Amino acid sequence: MSEEMMEEGGTVKKFLYVNRKAPYGTIYALESLEVVLIGAAFEQDVSLIFMDDGVYQITKGQDTAGIEMKNFSPTYRALEMYDVEKLYVEKESMEARGLSADDFLVDVEVLDSTQIADLMEDQDVVLSF
Amino acid sequence: MLHTINKSPFDKGSLDSCLRTAKAGSAILFIEDGVYAATNGTAVAEKLKQAMGNVTVYALEPDLKARGVADKVMDGIKLVDYAGFVDLVAEHDKVQAWL
Amino acid sequence: MKFAVQVNEGPYTHQASDTAYQFTKAALEKGHEIYRVFFYHDGVNNATRLTTPPQDDRNIVNRWSELAAKHNLDLVVCVAAAQRRGIADADEAKRNGKDADNLAPGFRISGLGQLIEAGIQSERLVVFGD
Repeated sequence: MSEEMMEEGGTVKKFLYVNRKAPYGTIYALESLEVVLIGAAFEQDVSLIFMDDGVYQITKGQDTAGIEMKNFSPTYRALEMYDVEKLYVEKESMEARGLSADDFLVDVEVLDSTQIADLMEDQDVVLSF
Repeated sequence: MLHTINKSPFDKGSLDSCLRTAKAGSAILFIEDGVYAATNGTAVAEKLKQAMGNVTVYALEPDLKARGVADKVMDGIKLVDYAGFVDLVAEHDKVQAWL
Repeated sequence: MKFAVQVNEGPYTHQASDTAYQFTKAALEKGHEIYRVFFYHDGVNNATRLTTPPQDDRNIVNRWSELAAKHNLDLVVCVAAAQRRGIADADEAKRNGKDADNLAPGFRISGLGQLIEAGIQSERLVVFGD
């Protein structure tokens, strides 16, 4: 399937997914992740930014048994298999929430706001949820 | 880049997050409840005024009028209608929605 | 210019669908092309035939259907989000063993790939949400 798509147009754009909302309280975290997974088949140049409450999407130790919702956090670890490897966390958001890179269940690059700004400016398409 | 902000600055931190990461030369358009940030004498006025040194700020006039605050807009903020919104999208290379 | 629009919220509860509609209409009036309007999250609820809003206010679902008919718009409802929220066309209803379908005219149900494709094929993607 992917070979056909490459033959067709071959357009590769830089897609940025901006994740700013916490998991479970709303569905945005889960459903935006679903876009990333489906989108992976299109072989675009994908980056994910976690900022504001979005940093909570990738914290370790999520146990959803008590709220009877699916724990989808392991899916972030599967992103690598889909060639989605550019994961960034905004330093200010992380620190404001008393978190550090050790709290995350995936490898991320921590960038400060200025670096995040540069990264955002560099993209072609920005998806917000 | 064109940044759209649709929530009141007193309700959500979207304005702060946007201002932290908006590069000089970009544009911010307040829409829906976001237009309250464009009104005079608010707790965010100073912050916004400072940002206006680097970014161009717009507000969607139909949303200001709907909320009865169209006559309270800060100096320097440009009002646009939906056609103007479309023009802004066309003029900037991409749009980021701060939801 | 080719625009794509993403609508993340349902009718009435949030202004997102209204703003998206006004933007889409204005873009068409200016001669731009709307490549696709993609409804995601609760945005799929804009596609139910079964709303009966008060007579003295705008009919959001019908408005989208009418705009689509007038301009031959591609209004796409995400299948996964639709399944979660109970929006189905006849095929989906049959496939999932439901005794009714409710998709409004002018909308079609399809995969998330349509959103990505819209991002690739259009020149601007504008998102309306909460």
